[in-house]
Amino acid sequence: MTEWAVAMTDQGATASLGRAAFEDFLFHEAALLDEWRLDEWFALFTEGATYEVPTAGAPDGADPQTTLFYIADDYARLQHRIDRLNKPGAHSEFPRSKVMRVISNVRILSENAEEARIGCCFVTYRSKNDVTDVFPGHHRYLLRKTADGLRIAAKRSYLDLTNLRPQGRVSIIL
Amino acid sequence: MAEADPLLPRDAPIVREDVTRSTFRVDRRAFVDPAILKRERDHIFSTCWLYLGHASELKRPNDFLIRSVGGRELVFNRDRKGAVHAFFNVCPHRGAQVVRESSGNAMSFRCFYHGWSFNNNGQFASRFDAETYPADFNAEGCANLRSVPRLDSYRDLWFVNFSAEGESLSDYLAGAKEIIDLAVDHSEIGMEVVGGTQEYSIRANWKLLAENSNDGYHASETHSTYIDYLGVSTGYGAQALRNAKPTLSRGIDLGNGHAVIEYAAAWGRPVAQSIPTWGEHGKAVIDAKRARLEELYGPDRARRIARGNRNMVIFPNLVINDIMALTVRTFYPEQVDELHVTGWALAPVDEDPQFRAWRLDNFLEFLGPGGFATPDDVEALESAQKGYRNLAEVPFNDLSRGMARAEKLHDDEEQMRAFWREWSRRVEGVA
Repeated sequence: MTEWAVAMTDQGATASLGRAAFEDFLFHEAALLDEWRLDEWFALFTEGATYEVPTAGAPDGADPQTTLFYIADDYARLQHRIDRLNKPGAHSEFPRSKVMRVISNVRILSENAEEARIGCCFVTYRSKNDVTDVFPGHHRYLLRKTADGLRIAAKRSYLDLTNLRPQGRVSIIL
Repeated sequence: MAEADPLLPRDAPIVREDVTRSTFRVDRRAFVDPAILKRERDHIFSTCWLYLGHASELKRPNDFLIRSVGGRELVFNRDRKGAVHAFFNVCPHRGAQVVRESSGNAMSFRCFYHGWSFNNNGQFASRFDAETYPADFNAEGCANLRSVPRLDSYRDLWFVNFSAEGESLSDYLAGAKEIIDLAVDHSEIGMEVVGGTQEYSIRANWKLLAENSNDGYHASETHSTYIDYLGVSTGYGAQALRNAKPTLSRGIDLGNGHAVIEYAAAWGRPVAQSIPTWGEHGKAVIDAKRARLEELYGPDRARRIARGNRNMVIFPNLVINDIMALTVRTFYPEQVDELHVTGWALAPVDEDPQFRAWRLDNFLEFLGPGGFATPDDVEALESAQKGYRNLAEVPFNDLSRGMARAEKLHDDEEQMRAFWREWSRRVEGVA
């Protein structure tokens, strides 16, 4: 399990790529999701990566092995999530939602030569069936510096909501 | 209950069962008419036994939590001596909530508006200067927290009833008790709610979820992507799952509107059905559990606990699904076309950590707002609600499947007919 309870002010930023490089990566990731280029999005993850969405209002550091989440995908299940979302049988997202993400407040929480922990805020809009749902929250990333550029080793999306009314579901990738 | 109501003329009932022709139709007005929702609030949610919570959610004395039940807001708590209570969360003085955190541990409750305070057994505990109020001010208990009219439990499941009259919880649950027993007997020590609650919503009438919750007919169509996934995650292959002939299949009317579907399925059941991907260790643990169940309950009941999957709806709105995980779910109408769901995972207290993790994996793969199946159910229910805009020209739902068959199967619709017969008895006053 990835340790998520990183101190908010921990900025051991030696040999930093600089915030703009991380921002560019996150903006690129958001664009892939907004454009439903899900296979390319999945290619941003390293093997063994995780993607998790705790229940609304969960504390940083919640453990999916012992508590109920909405999503707690290992690499294999994340691949299936993408395969599913590419099928017309994923009725909740077929026809697909119109989606748009705003990424902000990007911070380098810690960084060394191999990896970096990045935090940011997000607001994701999902429109379908004449309804627009808003998902506000914060992402926590563990990013690897590879020869091919940055890759996601872990992504956790905390919803800064007290519950999932009225959004109802997290059928999109946040 | 059968008083004249212009919206419900007796010659045009909502529920239309024709036994001679084996047809069962429901007028779609039931899903869109606010006057019908009003009748449901009065004749269902104010008179039925409604699920409040599980005893494990109040582990220690003085634990409390807030629950929304039947349109009311309740404080569900244990007092200093460990006794369980359910109070309306409202100050008897001027009406503010006496508890505003969703859960916690407190010896007493204090209203933040004027400071009236209460012991956690509900007794008024404020002290005023002499002559502020008459000496016998609280003689009738008017300054105490108000308890629900009736509170009772069955195997650690706590229920409330907002009517002081009517049958006991035990009589109300009827045949559902046996199905609860099969779930609770997963553990010799006891069951517990696993941390985390899923609170979500669906833009549809609440009865659509009551129908969907034990509907075995929609699975292959609505959940094809889950079956694809299951083929891989279990190690059996999706085609093998599609070709498998259903066994143990039946739909059972449990009385009083409660019903269950029962069937075998290929997913792993942490109680006692292993799958190839759980490996040799998983199989060994499962075999030991199965042997212990046989020792305790004999081969037939052990087999039913281990291999039978059961989706049960306890009228009107408690769902206990003993499937790839064990789930408890309640839901209420917020408006005629919006419902609020609250879901929990139930598990044996003494569960091995690896099996607990597999259980939660099983839960999340299928169930809840981010699962591979529940979001598609939500879409189907919302789609139906939109479809009912055409009710003037296309007025009826058909629930006749399997009605002509002597032994009802899990993918027939007998369980929904059981729900609607009880609904009709209560809302339409049909005997």
